[in-house]
Amino acid sequence: MTDASPTSAAGSAPTPFADRMDQRLQRRFVTPEGVDLRLRLAEASERFAAFAIDVIVIVSGLAAFTVLLAITGFAAQTLEVAVVIGLLGFFAVRIFYFSFFELGARAATPGKRSLGIRVAPRDGGRLRAESVFARNAMREVEVFLPLSFLAASAASDGVDAWIVLAGFVWSGLFALLPLFNRDKLRPGDIVGGTWVVKAPRRLLQPDMAEIGAAPDPAAVDVAFTTRELDTYGQHELHVLEDVLRAGHPETIETVAARIRGKIGRPEKAPADDDLAFLKSYYAALRGRLEKRLLFGRRRRDKHDIQ
Amino acid sequence: MSDENSLLDSTRFRREREADWRRLDALLERVAKKSSKALSEEELIDLPRLYRSTLSALSVARTTSLDKNAVSYLESLCTRAYFFIYGSRSTFGERVSSFLRRDWPDAIRRLRNETLAALAFLTIGAVAAFMLVSNDPDWFYSFVPGDLAAGRTPSASTESLRGALYEGGGGLSVFATSLFTHNAGIAIFAFALGFAFCAPTAVLLIWNGCILGAFLAVYVSRGLGFELGGWLLIHGVTELFAIALAGAAGMHVGWAIADPGSRTRLQAAAEASRPAGLALAGVIVMLFFAGLLEGFGRQLILNDTARYAVAVGTGALWCAYFYVGRMERRP
Repeated sequence: MTDASPTSAAGSAPTPFADRMDQRLQRRFVTPEGVDLRLRLAEASERFAAFAIDVIVIVSGLAAFTVLLAITGFAAQTLEVAVVIGLLGFFAVRIFYFSFFELGARAATPGKRSLGIRVAPRDGGRLRAESVFARNAMREVEVFLPLSFLAASAASDGVDAWIVLAGFVWSGLFALLPLFNRDKLRPGDIVGGTWVVKAPRRLLQPDMAEIGAAPDPAAVDVAFTTRELDTYGQHELHVLEDVLRAGHPETIETVAARIRGKIGRPEKAPADDDLAFLKSYYAALRGRLEKRLLFGRRRRDKHDIQ
Repeated sequence: MSDENSLLDSTRFRREREADWRRLDALLERVAKKSSKALSEEELIDLPRLYRSTLSALSVARTTSLDKNAVSYLESLCTRAYFFIYGSRSTFGERVSSFLRRDWPDAIRRLRNETLAALAFLTIGAVAAFMLVSNDPDWFYSFVPGDLAAGRTPSASTESLRGALYEGGGGLSVFATSLFTHNAGIAIFAFALGFAFCAPTAVLLIWNGCILGAFLAVYVSRGLGFELGGWLLIHGVTELFAIALAGAAGMHVGWAIADPGSRTRLQAAAEASRPAGLALAGVIVMLFFAGLLEGFGRQLILNDTARYAVAVGTGALWCAYFYVGRMERRP
């Protein structure tokens, strides 16, 4: 508590900026069991990137398909069949590509999957086939309408050009809608009752406290006083966890020196191991903070003084 | 320091449950890779139990553990499990079957008012264009784009106009397919435009009606009205009905957004999209049949009476399928 800044009043610690940015896209989503899953919405940029990947997949798939048809069609002298298959293939991909993948187990097209996002119903119910279909049919006005106005603008002049421009601006509003609402909904999401959330597959890493609590016996067994542990809060603990998991030697050295200075430990002796020190401190700090948590006191960060 | 007692409570909590979490994780990953069929019956029964225990572990961990990685792992695991447990697991076959048996006609019935409005827009366009072109044939060129007219203009000879109604020829399958894909594109467009408070869909429908009326006026002026009717209606009953239904689906959504009543606009739009999405899927099916009728039926059946018979027959079939019986099923 040595570095309590005068501006932070007790109990009303300002949320760190990073956390606020984190919560901007977090949404309350309570399961029937009564647990809030705290869903995170996908950024508009992620969705655009996913769409771009899907377009590349579609275009390259169709190109390969066309080449294949051209080869087999000319070889077998069944051009008519080849053209029919080609037309139907193009149509099926344009209409059903997105719906097909979004109705699968992952509820995501290959583009969305590669960015770790998926489609989810906003009301928490089932993702219905008709909603997904309606959602993707809306792409006609979001993507093809502005494009067709763009194409028309090349062939018009005078009053026509102004009409085309007005049409382009009007249809462009649909395409840009996700940028203008809190939930990043595009017209298809509004119609389908869906939104796009982050659903990455996270891996369970080893518990850093377990490693910290049981270092090899030869290493220094550092004990910390309560005063030393009360210097930091939850936010700093989490930053420390990230630092330990990342394991960059330089960062570890800097952080260790900083913590030593803050809690009033002497300068680092040559024999000291920065990593072992940080791990011990992490385990001790987490134990201290979790104990206080049991008594209902959550210390957000170092400015949070009770 | 390494004995069991020195461990943090949160670490011990995690040790006891970690095996369950990893098992749930592995099951979900297998489902995502293949489908729920990849799981044995025993595993399917186990999933909800694992989900609930993991979910309760999440809420405990949130209030007692400061292990950031474990909490965010549990959050993502629970989210994935939630979407599986409460998601839809019906197979493609089941979906198609319930769509054909129940959902499609139900959806069409719920769109009845919008369907009538869409048909009215088509008719208004057709009548207006018919009257305008009958009085002054020059109006024809305002309604019909040159490439669509393909020479069938007021300046064409009666013989060539008549010829266009009865030409057969090869390449029927390509013709039918391109008609189908073109019309399906228009139908989806008519649906999507409804989002902007119905108005663009109404304009599109009226404009399509105008094209129809303009052609009709040209042919009627040469005494070929009856023949054109057969040529149009053999597939047009199905095709125009489908286009009207697509427009109706779009207007259903647009109207819900414009006038949501006591619901929020977002809720209203999401609810409206259910019958609308079903109707739109059905429209694609109808247009497929319309493409077959136009590409094959019309080119092979050259007798006017037979064409009218097919038109009446298809109209009766669609109406019977959509509107007859099961009225008590309205939600």
